[in-house]
Amino acid sequence: MRIGVPKEVHPGERRVAITPQVAEQLIKLGFVVAIEAGAGAEANFPDDAYREAGAEIISDARLLWAESDIVLKVRPPEVHPFCGDEAYLLREGGTLISFIWPAQNRELLEKLASRKATVLAMDCIPRISRAQKMDALSSMANCAGYRAVIEAAEHFGSFFTGQVTAAGKIPPAKVLIIGAGVAGLAAIGAAASLGAIVRAFDVRPEVRDQVESLGAEFLQVEMPEGAVKTEGGYAKEVSEEFVRRELELFARQAMEVDIIITTALIPGRPAPKLITQAMVETMKEGSVIVDLAAEQGGNCELTEPGKVVKKYGVTIIGYTDLPSRMPTTASQLYATNMRHLLADLCPEKDGIVHVNMDDVVIRGATVMREGQITWPPPPIPVSKEEKPAGAVAAPPVEEKKPARKLPAIWITAALMALGGLGLYGIGLVAPAEFLSHFTVFVLACFVGYMVIWNVTPALHTPLMSVTNAISGIIVIGALLQISSPGVVLKLLAWVAVLIASVNIFGGFWVTQRMLGMFRKQQ
Amino acid sequence: MPQGIIVVSYIAATILFILALRGLSHPETARPGNLYGIIGMTLAILATILSERVTTYGLVISAMAIGGAAGVTVARRVQMTQMPELVAILHSLVGLAAVLIGFANYIDPTASFEGTAKTIHELEIYLGVLIGAVTFTGSVVAFGKLCGKISGKPLLLPARHWLNLGMVVLMALLGKWFLGAEGLAGGLASLTLMTLIAFALGVHMVMAIGGADMPVVISMLNSYSGWAASATGFMLENDLLIVTGALVGSSGAILSYIMCRAMNRNFISVIAGGFGTEGGAPSAAISGEVQAVDPEETASLLTEAKNVIIVPGYGMAVAQAQHVVAEIVKTLRVKGVNVRFGIHPVAGRMPGHMNVLLAEAKVPYDIVFEMDEINEDFPETDVAVVIGANDIVNPAAQEDPNSPIAGMPVLEVWKAKTCIVLKRSMATGYAGVDNPLFFRDNTRMLFGDAKDSLEKVLSYLRQ
Repeated sequence: MRIGVPKEVHPGERRVAITPQVAEQLIKLGFVVAIEAGAGAEANFPDDAYREAGAEIISDARLLWAESDIVLKVRPPEVHPFCGDEAYLLREGGTLISFIWPAQNRELLEKLASRKATVLAMDCIPRISRAQKMDALSSMANCAGYRAVIEAAEHFGSFFTGQVTAAGKIPPAKVLIIGAGVAGLAAIGAAASLGAIVRAFDVRPEVRDQVESLGAEFLQVEMPEGAVKTEGGYAKEVSEEFVRRELELFARQAMEVDIIITTALIPGRPAPKLITQAMVETMKEGSVIVDLAAEQGGNCELTEPGKVVKKYGVTIIGYTDLPSRMPTTASQLYATNMRHLLADLCPEKDGIVHVNMDDVVIRGATVMREGQITWPPPPIPVSKEEKPAGAVAAPPVEEKKPARKLPAIWITAALMALGGLGLYGIGLVAPAEFLSHFTVFVLACFVGYMVIWNVTPALHTPLMSVTNAISGIIVIGALLQISSPGVVLKLLAWVAVLIASVNIFGGFWVTQRMLGMFRKQQ
Repeated sequence: MPQGIIVVSYIAATILFILALRGLSHPETARPGNLYGIIGMTLAILATILSERVTTYGLVISAMAIGGAAGVTVARRVQMTQMPELVAILHSLVGLAAVLIGFANYIDPTASFEGTAKTIHELEIYLGVLIGAVTFTGSVVAFGKLCGKISGKPLLLPARHWLNLGMVVLMALLGKWFLGAEGLAGGLASLTLMTLIAFALGVHMVMAIGGADMPVVISMLNSYSGWAASATGFMLENDLLIVTGALVGSSGAILSYIMCRAMNRNFISVIAGGFGTEGGAPSAAISGEVQAVDPEETASLLTEAKNVIIVPGYGMAVAQAQHVVAEIVKTLRVKGVNVRFGIHPVAGRMPGHMNVLLAEAKVPYDIVFEMDEINEDFPETDVAVVIGANDIVNPAAQEDPNSPIAGMPVLEVWKAKTCIVLKRSMATGYAGVDNPLFFRDNTRMLFGDAKDSLEKVLSYLRQ
């Protein structure tokens, strides 16, 4: 089948759906790949690179759309500056794979339905671990989180890292990151590696480990258990009491920190307002807020989506195209996600796409099949290993109630008493001769016990072979009998001496051989 | 030779044996330790031979020459990967010797005891033969399992605990008959019958134990062979045998205990056999996809790392990959990578198995660490390489309370930045437990024979 990749038409969009490397891999899967001229130019992938990879370059967008069985895009179809609505450019019965946002773009779905299209939405890939390799939302969130720190750094008038110089001391920047999903974690990592003091907040206490592992301090609101419910890796709405305490925490932090990066999103709802105008007023002059939720209305009351504004001395960045501001890497990640999806769609590697609706991942991504809207998909059972948004740790293990046990001292005492009774029992009936041997036996057991504890585990094998050789001492028993009268007796003893000798010689020899190999570093 | 000299020689031998065991506390003192053992054994044997009770020198010399030659031949030829088999088969010999000596002693007409002394003496014979017989067949089966002649899977007969109990009860009844037997014939009959049952018990007991529990079995049999020697000592009223047997017996028992603790299982349940057959909630299902890696990428991951920890398991022994591993370590260390080994106490098929293999490949022992020494270092490790190990690096032991290996101490390789797992296929380990490690985001699977894969990695490292 023929894959076409048009140039993105959204103003300012610099990403491209596939890279030359991925084009080559798709050709190996059996597809024919065509790219619109200049599609990758903004992401630093020139046409020549695609040509070398074996892709065809087509300069006419209309032609490209018309000839392609499958169209790969980044943004959802919109009105093309010259050719009208992209949705209508798709050939009848064609396949489109891109971000779609079906919940917000009902109208688009209807347009596509009129083309009898099959549509797979990159934003609808189920967030289960098997599908992580195609999770474009995570890839883009990762880019956005990283870029947010870079944008903040650009508008921040000081270093991130603290320094002590001959010209005085520079304090490190304090960064607060709200929401520790993929974007939040990427931002934590980037800010920490620039040298800032990073604090992070998330309503899900289980992300604490991840936050701390990146070198940030985890801020928490003390609340009774069960106050926050999560679903599909996102936090759901939380109780009023929780919100009140949370805002108090942010208000305190706002006075202290230099940079706030917010990434809080609740699926299907406008972004929660976490940074109020009052908080912004209390922030230091020259502080920066980066609002990653700008597109969904913003976590900060003063955010203006798509713009950078300065209010009360605080720069508020509301860019909605952060991934596009790192076009090369964002395109690379997106293209790789795309390739994984196509590889799953084309298991035979014959260049033909099979939309297998029994596959949970493909079912989830498919929002329209041959003109029939199939969105939303039925819910899929969530397994324990699910790692949506790359952010949820394994659920806490329930603690087992310890079984009722007698105190250890009682057990010891009981055992000792039992042992003592046993000894007296033997003493009552056994002859003196036996008892003297028995004394030796018990003492030897204790000596063995004391000595063996000191053996280093590395030498356990030589220990076994040497004790094996030593247990060949049983040869003494056979030797004492070998001269007794009687052929049978002699024979038994002779065989016993023979096999015990195998033990003695073999055991000592192999121990020596092994010990010879243990050497220290020269 | 006067009796006094013999006794003194025995005391000297005993002390030398204790020194031998003590010497093994450190690799540097271990070789003189072995030498003490040899001297002690020589002293003991010479003193016995020179005593007035031994007169038939021809028999002694022929038996010792043949046995000694056989022992040395085997010891020279055996490969280090086969140590568990060798140790197992040597144990069986001690067991068999104990059985033979017990029978010989019973039919020996020179011994005469009266009253309680007679009962105790016969009890000693009975016990000596019993322990010897169980040790013998148990070790033979262990040997078979270790060299693959018998399936490593636990054989679980229905009502196997009752079967064992039945055999023990039967042997106790036979014991009563044996002690009460008047003539030699009756005694021999019951003794022989008991020996056969003990043989069966030994077979059944080890058959029911899975391959992963072999370190416990080996050290347990080691212990049994000691107790058998000790029982023989009681029978012959020989203190040297009693002491030495007790030393070996307690040493094996402690090793078994250490191995059980390393698997978080209690001794009884290991001996009773069968892994994870107990009921209980099903353990968490694992979903997800493994991410494969090729040797070239492995090589570049290793070169770029600062800290690497290698965790070897039985798979390394099977593939005989220890020499390649040693070469890789050498190459990486030249490049300035800090490479260390993390050894789980039950890695391999006998206690200390991995250490011996690494020593054979000339890996310096001061970069080989125990689990407790190195487990905390995984978070600062760039790459953890797991070679043919499974259960000992299974995070389910810590995270899934329903897992059959829950609570077993494991090497926390998943805490490293990247974890490379070398494995032949996706099969489960001996414990038959799925390993969520393979599905982790930071885990990469390098499929194939460990030796082949590592040779390829080595060739890329040298480029």
